Amino acid sequence: MSSSRDKILQRIDQALGNRTDSTDDVVERRYHQISELTAQEKVNLFQERVDEYKAATERVSEGELPGKLKKLCEEAGIKKLVLPPGIDENWLSELPKSMTFLHDEPQPLSKTQLNESDAVLTNCFLGVAQTGTIILNAGPGQGRRVLTLLPDIHICVIRQDQIVGILPEAIRKLDQTVSESGAPVTFISGPSATSDIELDRVEGVHGPRKLHVFIISES
Amino acid sequence: MKKGSQPTFEETAGTYIENAQLRRNIGHATKTIRDKRQLVVQELDDWEELREAGRQIKQKVMNNLDRYLLQLEKSVSKAGGVVHWAADAEDANRIITNLIKEKKGTDVVKVKSITTDEIRLNQALENEGIHALETDLAELIVQLAGDEPSHILVPAIHKNRAEIRELFKSKLNLKELSDEPADLAEAARLYLRKNFLKAKVGISGGNFAVAETGTVAVVESEGNGRMCTTLPDTLITVLGIEKIVPEWKDIEVFMQLLPRSSTAERMNPYNTFWTGTTEGDGPQKFHLVLLDNGRTNVLDDETGRQTLHCIRCSACLNVCPVYERTGGHAYHSVYPGPIGAILTPQLRGLDDRSAASLPYASSLCGACYEVCPVKINIPEVLLHLRNKVVLHQKKEGGFRQKTDPVHLAMKFLARAFSKRSRYERLQKMGRAGQWFYKKDGTISKLPGQLSKWTAIRDVKPVPEKTFREWWRDRK
Amino acid sequence: MNISLFITCFNDTLYPETGKAVVSILERLGHTVHFPLEQTCCGQMHYNTGYHEEINPLVERFADQFESAEAVVSPSASCVGMIHEFYPKLAALSGSKVLQDRIDALIPKVHEFTMFLVNELKVEDVGAYYPHRVTYHSTCHSLRSLKIGDAPLRLLRNVKGIDLVDLPGALECCGFGGTFALKNADTSAAMLGDKIRHIKNTGAEVCTSADNSCLMHIGGALNRQRSGVKTVHMAEILNTTEEGAQV
Repeated sequence: MSSSRDKILQRIDQALGNRTDSTDDVVERRYHQISELTAQEKVNLFQERVDEYKAATERVSEGELPGKLKKLCEEAGIKKLVLPPGIDENWLSELPKSMTFLHDEPQPLSKTQLNESDAVLTNCFLGVAQTGTIILNAGPGQGRRVLTLLPDIHICVIRQDQIVGILPEAIRKLDQTVSESGAPVTFISGPSATSDIELDRVEGVHGPRKLHVFIISES
Repeated sequence: MKKGSQPTFEETAGTYIENAQLRRNIGHATKTIRDKRQLVVQELDDWEELREAGRQIKQKVMNNLDRYLLQLEKSVSKAGGVVHWAADAEDANRIITNLIKEKKGTDVVKVKSITTDEIRLNQALENEGIHALETDLAELIVQLAGDEPSHILVPAIHKNRAEIRELFKSKLNLKELSDEPADLAEAARLYLRKNFLKAKVGISGGNFAVAETGTVAVVESEGNGRMCTTLPDTLITVLGIEKIVPEWKDIEVFMQLLPRSSTAERMNPYNTFWTGTTEGDGPQKFHLVLLDNGRTNVLDDETGRQTLHCIRCSACLNVCPVYERTGGHAYHSVYPGPIGAILTPQLRGLDDRSAASLPYASSLCGACYEVCPVKINIPEVLLHLRNKVVLHQKKEGGFRQKTDPVHLAMKFLARAFSKRSRYERLQKMGRAGQWFYKKDGTISKLPGQLSKWTAIRDVKPVPEKTFREWWRDRK
Repeated sequence: MNISLFITCFNDTLYPETGKAVVSILERLGHTVHFPLEQTCCGQMHYNTGYHEEINPLVERFADQFESAEAVVSPSASCVGMIHEFYPKLAALSGSKVLQDRIDALIPKVHEFTMFLVNELKVEDVGAYYPHRVTYHSTCHSLRSLKIGDAPLRLLRNVKGIDLVDLPGALECCGFGGTFALKNADTSAAMLGDKIRHIKNTGAEVCTSADNSCLMHIGGALNRQRSGVKTVHMAEILNTTEEGAQV
């Protein structure tokens, strides 16, 4: 192993001097671990918070989704739609045959294909109400990270029961993803944005410039 | 005492203060972010509990840093990454240069990382014929202008839209361009998109690395972080050794503390967490460079150690009345503001006179400590470092130190305060000696060091009777 | 109550009126004031400038003078902050366990004047009369080190005739910072400039505070600018009644 490694470890050992084993020290976690919101409050808060990031949100029932998706594609001029493996085909039932569907399997799409597409449609792993965050973990219906990165519009579908109240609840649910499968995790809170010029917020920089969230809630 | 190549804080602060445009820009930025921060922090009724948990987690990391580093090395390797250790900047730059050369790369894309600014990576790469393209909008502005960042979060905050428009027009060869931030961002998007698509190597810093799982986090807004950590075949991440957290669960603490303290958002637009490499998704080669570069010196000081808890949120900059007046450049370090005033001298050592001046660049108002999401007691460390500076000067300063007026005054006064008779004599001397300066019941001009006081302030003369004289007479 | 006054070197030498006012108010409230003549300075200036070793004798001196007191009161928020926050450290630095114990026992008895009135004596109305427009500068040390809260404002609100106006940017440092004002004179001046602007904008005749050190810095500039605004320590306002200053 490198001498730098030894050097650093030795410096640390010297700096810390005599010490007792304290990796077992318990951190006091007195912050909230569980949200007290009802399911309805969670979905309402989630929508409100996602909206505040200047993303678009729509509440739909399962049955309404294909029609709403069709309307969105028409209005936004989406002709080439990227589809990750495992996306629910029922959602596409009303989209016109004239549209181009770019499937990422069996052959993965090239960067150029993705760059020239208009939009991507995915589901997600979780939503966090308090922060208005969508969480992807590369599962079925989400696909590789690049799929939700190069297209200009990200259409994301979330079911009401996927929304948790606060971040610690989401982190716990991601335990398995991180420790076992090691799949990448992406938090998305609104479209890409910058405030680098005079702190004027501009939505849409390098990532998708538009984020459209369909919330499937049976009410 | 070795002379640092850079000026001290007090030597150039005045120049920056006089720059009215700069002061307006910085003033506007810091006020906007600090007001917004206040609102999103108030929303959380468990903010103090989160801060305390953050502090405890970081303290635990520092007390066991070697163990967590070894654990991280193991977990990253197991997940398909390669771990490198860099004792200093030179080490790190050599490792990174070699990795890029192995890939036969001449261009790399970079996501904003102060750690790589600290080791002057871009320059080191340029010397080897490799161009590192900054992809964060502000960093791109700074890079195109050949300038230095002035704020941790918004590095180009010293530039206004008109300046950026002119810069982009000339450097990106654009004929028509408005000065609307949206148009300027669009220009950067188009320019950088080409580069993202062809990049073979990406370089990033890391906000957190989880020892238990090997997961590394990049927290960002624009999507350039996602681009750099997703599109290239090879990803090189430079990580200060203090950025470790023990377990995945700790992320829930820092991902609440950081966005609210930094961009003053409930959550910033994008956070990417990757664990080694994933087949078919993102870079297939991942190198993690663990950087010391003075951090173990900081660890070596029990009071100073807490400086390593810093998660680079920049909340302390935004509340600092000194930073607000001077901006970041006066600190002559990639780490400006209150945190820079304690981190830079510890990283660089007190032989560097520029760094050694920084602990004094504070009125000790304590606003920084109040907002710090991991409760770094910055005033405490500032005072501790001032003491170290004085001790260092006493040891190394020689004749110059012995005749330094401040040093002499301090010694003289300490002696006077140690005995009542000397103290009372000093009071009388002050009253007797002031006749020369007193005019119309006020003092408007004093000599030597004190002239800095009377440059803008009058001094109230020592009155006829001290309090103790009055007390004695009264009894 | 037997109250020992820690006047501080600064007030003793430059602002005796503040000390006289403290004595007068406490006596008016029926207490006995003591003034140990051997007291000198708390060492704050040295400590804040980095000269820690030099002032160890002052810590012991302070203990000698005040440990037998029932309560110690001082009209300087920053000096009290110094004692509360850093004396334990200095005592530890001295290596003397005895001194550490003495300091630990003494500290809870050391109070800033306005906090003492409100929190210990439970007095918010001291019967003052001050028919002037006044703005209050909350010093950083009182605010963040001592957590003074609204004690000074409670006292001021009970002053008859006073026209108390809020100071914009009240939570921001005035730029004094002890030797900071000399070492980083340009930055200190810039901070002071903004503070002065805010004070003038209130239209106040008087700017007050729980610390004469900030007031010397602020008042020095107000005077230089011939602004007509005076700086007056809180204690002096509280000691003014319808019959005038009570000394």
